Amino acid sequence: MFPKSDNELNRREFLSVMAASMTMAGLTGCVSAPPEKIVPYVRTPEDLLPGKPMFFATSMQASGYGVGLIVESHEGRPIKIEGNPDHPASLGSTDAFAQASLLGLYDPDRAQIVTQSGRISTWDAFITALEDSLSGLQSNRGDGLRILTETVISPTLADLLQQFLAKYPAAKWHQYEPVNHDNSRGGARLAFGRYVDTQYRFEDADLILSLDSDFLSWQPGHLAYARKFTQRRKAAPGKKTMNRLYVVESAITITGAMADHRFPVRSSEIAALANALATQNLSGQPSWLGTVAQDLAEHRGRSIVIAGETQPPEVHALVHRINDRLGNLDKTVFFTEPIESSPVEQTQSLGELVQEMAAGRVDTLAILGGNPVYSAPADFEFAQNLSRVPLRMHQSLYFDETAERCHWHIPETHYLESWGDVRAWDGTTSMIQPLIVPLYQTRTVYEVISAMLGNPSQSNYEIVRSSWQKRHKGQDFESFWTEAVRRGAVRDSQAMPLSIKPQTQSPPPISDPVQSGQELEILFRPDPTIFDGRWANNAWLQELPKPITHLTWDTAALMSAATAERLGARGSDLIEIKCQDRTVKAAVFVVPGHADRSITLSLGYGRHRSGRVGDGHGYNAYAIRTSSAPWIAPNAQVRKTGERYDLVTTQDHHELDHRHIVRHATEDEYARSPAFAEEEEPPPKPGESLYPPSENIDYSWGMAIDLSACIGCNACVVACQAENNVPVVGKDQVANGREMHWLRIDTYFQQGPSSLDVYFEPMLCQHCENAPCELVCPVEATSHSAEGLNEMTYNRCVGTRYCSNNCPYKVRRFNFFPYAEWSVPQFKLLYNPDVTVRSRGVMEKCTYCVQRINRARIDAKKEDRKIRDGEIVTACQGACPAEAITFGNLKDSASSVSKRKAEPRNYGVLAELNTRPRTTYLAKLTNPNPELAEKK
Amino acid sequence: MAQIFHRSTNAISRLTIFGGIFVVVVVTAAWAGIIRSAYVTGQEVAREQPVPFSHQHHVAGIGIDCRYCHTTVEQISFAGIPATEVCMNCHKQVWADSPTLEPVRASLRENRPLEWIRVNNVADFVYFDHSIHIHQGVGCETCHGRVDQMPLTWRAEALRMEWCLNCHRSPENYLRPREEVFTMGWQPSIPQPELGRQLVRQYGIDPPAKLTNCSICHR
Repeated sequence: MFPKSDNELNRREFLSVMAASMTMAGLTGCVSAPPEKIVPYVRTPEDLLPGKPMFFATSMQASGYGVGLIVESHEGRPIKIEGNPDHPASLGSTDAFAQASLLGLYDPDRAQIVTQSGRISTWDAFITALEDSLSGLQSNRGDGLRILTETVISPTLADLLQQFLAKYPAAKWHQYEPVNHDNSRGGARLAFGRYVDTQYRFEDADLILSLDSDFLSWQPGHLAYARKFTQRRKAAPGKKTMNRLYVVESAITITGAMADHRFPVRSSEIAALANALATQNLSGQPSWLGTVAQDLAEHRGRSIVIAGETQPPEVHALVHRINDRLGNLDKTVFFTEPIESSPVEQTQSLGELVQEMAAGRVDTLAILGGNPVYSAPADFEFAQNLSRVPLRMHQSLYFDETAERCHWHIPETHYLESWGDVRAWDGTTSMIQPLIVPLYQTRTVYEVISAMLGNPSQSNYEIVRSSWQKRHKGQDFESFWTEAVRRGAVRDSQAMPLSIKPQTQSPPPISDPVQSGQELEILFRPDPTIFDGRWANNAWLQELPKPITHLTWDTAALMSAATAERLGARGSDLIEIKCQDRTVKAAVFVVPGHADRSITLSLGYGRHRSGRVGDGHGYNAYAIRTSSAPWIAPNAQVRKTGERYDLVTTQDHHELDHRHIVRHATEDEYARSPAFAEEEEPPPKPGESLYPPSENIDYSWGMAIDLSACIGCNACVVACQAENNVPVVGKDQVANGREMHWLRIDTYFQQGPSSLDVYFEPMLCQHCENAPCELVCPVEATSHSAEGLNEMTYNRCVGTRYCSNNCPYKVRRFNFFPYAEWSVPQFKLLYNPDVTVRSRGVMEKCTYCVQRINRARIDAKKEDRKIRDGEIVTACQGACPAEAITFGNLKDSASSVSKRKAEPRNYGVLAELNTRPRTTYLAKLTNPNPELAEKK
Repeated sequence: MAQIFHRSTNAISRLTIFGGIFVVVVVTAAWAGIIRSAYVTGQEVAREQPVPFSHQHHVAGIGIDCRYCHTTVEQISFAGIPATEVCMNCHKQVWADSPTLEPVRASLRENRPLEWIRVNNVADFVYFDHSIHIHQGVGCETCHGRVDQMPLTWRAEALRMEWCLNCHRSPENYLRPREEVFTMGWQPSIPQPELGRQLVRQYGIDPPAKLTNCSICHR
């Protein structure tokens, strides 16, 4: 058949060559492994035991306030972030941003060296240039010198800036962040005549009305509020302790998803509702508002009305009055002195700077942190006006859009590498201490300002310490300092409540609401995973499915189905949105429950200088965001472009249909029939199965997840990714359904009697006692341990994928390609050494943090005791602000997890398949208002 | 009818069938033998080290306890290779000018660690913990052999999984009292199986059903 010729290989020769090659290839298994080196220290650092992690307290500043953290350090490098139980803003938990900030430390795209006009330079060269320019300014008291920072909430930084302003009296200091608190500041000014910060006692509130406030997500204090709020959602049968949440908002947020009643109202129309509630004149308002007002009146002193940061100042002032009238002040709502060192209305502050830049009155501008070229309001034309400044310096973590337009760029030290301090939303001061020596030639903001004050060689540590020495006079400073740094939070530093009431009785005039008709409003919201753009280069956050929409790697123009139909657009159509002559293109995404004639745009995408991960994704909503309408832009026009844009989500089917995956009931139904969850779809009785019951030795690990508490914040997903070296796969692979998250938050929508019900269900490996995956593995790479864990042995897996095929929960993730990052040197520092980094061709899944279980078991055995309840905290459990996840030993009937599982509302998902899952769920309870539930 | 095949086909068939089976068996046996050989496992191969350290001299000769250098063996998973300063504790004064020890002195002087070649190693997907083994009564010499009789350091045991499983399936055959873990050349006073069973009860050693779970070592 094949002609034999001199040049070509014929079939027989080909086969014999192949056979020989295969044999030779197999022989590579016969050679010995190359010898490895083992390298000890020259001098062992004190207290360091290689392989045993150490934990240090530090803090992070996020969205204007500080959060206390405890960071796990292996051999001098941080590998996992946990919350700090001693810190009131954390209470031991974290959010997705804090968890993902670890990746930012090791980001290879970070700015590493001082640059001048894009060319590599040195700190000393910068100091020389700085001294030259400042010496000129000394004579005229700093006229023409400006500093622009983000929100300053650090006592040390505030000190330095005050010293700076004292030295250069004619200089000015401006603050700006794109997601700021101008509206609540303005509201406080209208209501009290001065700035105050507001805090809430959710643990005492029986009733909460949120007017566009996403207090579980990114408002100040959200972690603590999530804890306190969800504590009141966990109910025992018969005891009427649940709170009730009404949410009035436009797009669904996680706070709206937790609501007992959610009313989709256009954001620009919420002001009228607030006015009606404040004046108690409900004529012309929807009937549900009357019911809500009645409910509020019946809970005097035990309710909270809270306005979102996105609502105008007038609404905040009205809400202060409403709370006053309801008797909530000093009970569930109280006020303190502003926590910020120097609170200003930031848009105005930036506006003043831009005016001066335009007028040519700014000679030297230092932008310390932030990215104003990208995120300043579009009408300020910041980039253009910036080019008029003769000397511009910028300091930031990345060489970003602002850096490329400045003369000098100084790379900023990451918070995990620096000393510092920060205040939390309640005023508690906490220290920032470094977990690792700075990786690159970076400087902190403190050092730059110190240099501007003429001390370029003072180290970060000295600056912070000497600042505290001045502040903490008298008593033993050393023990105070050591205690503050060790514990993370300075004792008794929280702000004290003020005794204050809103001023005049007559409400301020409300600007006319947008006329109901055909106008579209555009809402700007910080992106749930990228926030204001600062996390754009963080691959964990880019791939994190956003709550509700499950979008990854992109953002879209969210709207309701009716709005899309009116526009004649379908999902993934590219539309052009025009606001006051500025346009941006975005893809349509239909979200159930969104208010009609309202489109939500997320901030933070559309960047071109964020790094290799973040560039080119999504659209830049800042391009149409103006200073007069930073959150709600009325009168937008939308035009279809006719193009399509691929949007990638991780979940596109959100209906429960008739499946009993999420079981739920009202508090009253639960009181009447506590075992409703099991009765809905009972699992097979023990005698019905051929499989013998599972018997465990010493410990029986199990987990309970409370669906009443889960707020869908995604902190657990990123925590798991950080702890277990879970790789990122990229947009194309997520489109194929190959995202690698071991834990996912499934979201289901159901149309309830009066509003849309949203259910979050964290889904992870259920560690089934009758695991369908274990039976079908041809090489027994997955087995069952004597303690009840479903084990995964990566080195044995040959990649059949039969186990994933058989898993009814679809929680097994396969490495189709070598997704783990082997080539980036910094990631060798990032990976958790206790967990294997998987290469291609192996299956992986949640292991109940087996590395933590093993460590605890070994430690307990060495101390000749049993593992205590609460000693093992899985990564997801530790991150959760709502304490929705409980893990522990089922053989111990006194353990928290046993008690949770003993609750009547406990059930197993798909338990009717006789998988006998060890991860069970506590059914979700709601507390609807009976009057509203009846209305259609 | 005419024969289709020549008579030699009989012999050839027998040869190829039995020969085939023979070849398969021999190749498999040879392969299994080769991968257990010292060439592959590195057993009893003294590797070239920066300094020809003699355990025989330091342990049997001078009487230094294992834990003086391998400091963290009772506390964490890694036994610990001594830092240069541990060597120099003595060698500042003893053999202070010896040329053999020049690499050690250079290491301290230049603040550059000594790079030893690893003799006892398991694969990266095995997470071995020394401290629990020490605590449960596994002697150093059980796995590392008579280190006190090694003028140069070599691997005494293959450290293959089948070898680890021998003990994990029946720990009573390998245990010794905790006080004797660091003793070289220990012999049980009563027969090992009986002593082992007592120690298993006394130390609360996990049963094989648990010790042979995959996740004990592989995670």
